[in-house]
Amino acid sequence: MIALDKIEKSFGDNLVLKGVSVDVPEGHVTALIGASGSGKSTLLRCVNLLELPQSGRVRIDDTEIQFVPGRKIDRAAMLALRRKTGMVFQSFQLFPHRTVVENVMEALVTVLKWPKDRARARAMELLEKVGMTFKAEAWPSSLSGGQQQRVAIARALAPAPRVLLCDEPTSALDPQLAIEVVEVLAQLAREGTTMLIATHDLRLAASIASNVVYLDGGQVVEAGPSQQVFGAPQDDRTRRFVSTLTGQADSQPG
Amino acid sequence: MPHWLNLMIESLPSLLWACLVFTVPLTLLSFALGLSLGLVAAITRLFAPRPLGAIVRFYVWIIRGTPLLVQLFLIFYGLPSVGIVIDAFPAALIGFTLNIGAYTSEIIRAVLLAVPKGQWEAAYSVGMTWAQCMRRTILPQATRIAVPPLSNTFISLVKDTSLAAAITVPELFRAGQRIVATSYEPLILYVQVALIYLLVSSVLSGLQGRLEKRLSRYGGTIEAAS
Repeated sequence: MIALDKIEKSFGDNLVLKGVSVDVPEGHVTALIGASGSGKSTLLRCVNLLELPQSGRVRIDDTEIQFVPGRKIDRAAMLALRRKTGMVFQSFQLFPHRTVVENVMEALVTVLKWPKDRARARAMELLEKVGMTFKAEAWPSSLSGGQQQRVAIARALAPAPRVLLCDEPTSALDPQLAIEVVEVLAQLAREGTTMLIATHDLRLAASIASNVVYLDGGQVVEAGPSQQVFGAPQDDRTRRFVSTLTGQADSQPG
Repeated sequence: MPHWLNLMIESLPSLLWACLVFTVPLTLLSFALGLSLGLVAAITRLFAPRPLGAIVRFYVWIIRGTPLLVQLFLIFYGLPSVGIVIDAFPAALIGFTLNIGAYTSEIIRAVLLAVPKGQWEAAYSVGMTWAQCMRRTILPQATRIAVPPLSNTFISLVKDTSLAAAITVPELFRAGQRIVATSYEPLILYVQVALIYLLVSSVLSGLQGRLEKRLSRYGGTIEAAS
């Protein structure tokens, strides 16, 4: 059970999240959609505390942190919460000084203190899953963007997180390369991986998300099953936003 | 055999001895200690509370703003006036270490900042603590960028150790001076001393090249910050 409750986050005077509550059902994919600046990436980064909310509550299973303005957050609690999550970044952010397989092993060896051979075996399994075993010993700089992102997904999954957070996972890729990443994420979705994906890639959202949350101006405008939000949006703003996404998808090749 | 060659051959053993016993250890020790000091200073300045950072800034300000020779004189000739007597070699070691610490702290600070913020986030996202991020992700990448500027500092240090002659450390340059005092052949001896420094620096430059190559084996450049 992953729950965000009344999350407020501001950068300076700029209030980016105005009391956002989102439930992420386990075993399903939830897409956060919204225009640039709607706060979807910030919300996602509040789940693993790369951004610290000023107030609100973040909960994953029985680990919960309550944010109160002015109160310091316990470091151990932060780590505990973060270690229940994995994250995929828009710009991949593989460790350039480690090979593909070492990237996937890193958390297991450094954080979970697994022995190297066991970590390597687990890493190879995950690379198999994302179709990257053939590049296991390569340096990240020698891979295409789509390949790097697939490795990044394997890296994020290595410590078996409760939720996979994806921040615009296909936005830095051209459409052909985005497809291979969407396919990997779709496969994970079919296997019941809990995911929270911030995206404005309609193909990604519509094809794999079972739930959609539409954010605008730092607030949830509409949330529900994806057929409902995409098929019969209730709110005018959602309707307009969904139609721009559809237009964008129509004009895309393939 | 010409006189100059004869003199060079005769003085070579004592010059090499001075180089191996004083110049090289002084260089290596003060660089290793200075680099550690520089790392601590850089991390303090970047991550520690403000008052500690201010202490580091003060230290760097003093060391960079005053001549190394004056610093060595202060330690060796000045401190005895307040009851602190330090032998020549340790005095030189302290002086060079403080000097290297100040210069390398600025280099290390810059290269730590040069590693993209996304790398911190990626390391945090897999559950690492700050120390694990630093050790496993940031420092290895920063090291690669730091090799050329640090090598520069190191090679300068090899030559700067000749200043230790002024506080009586019997290193390479002072050994040369001594021979000049008895042979009255400053041109020949100082050319020879210069050639030995040149040889040591050249060997070090070669090692720098190999180190850079090894650290660059992962190819590409560090991706731009997101």
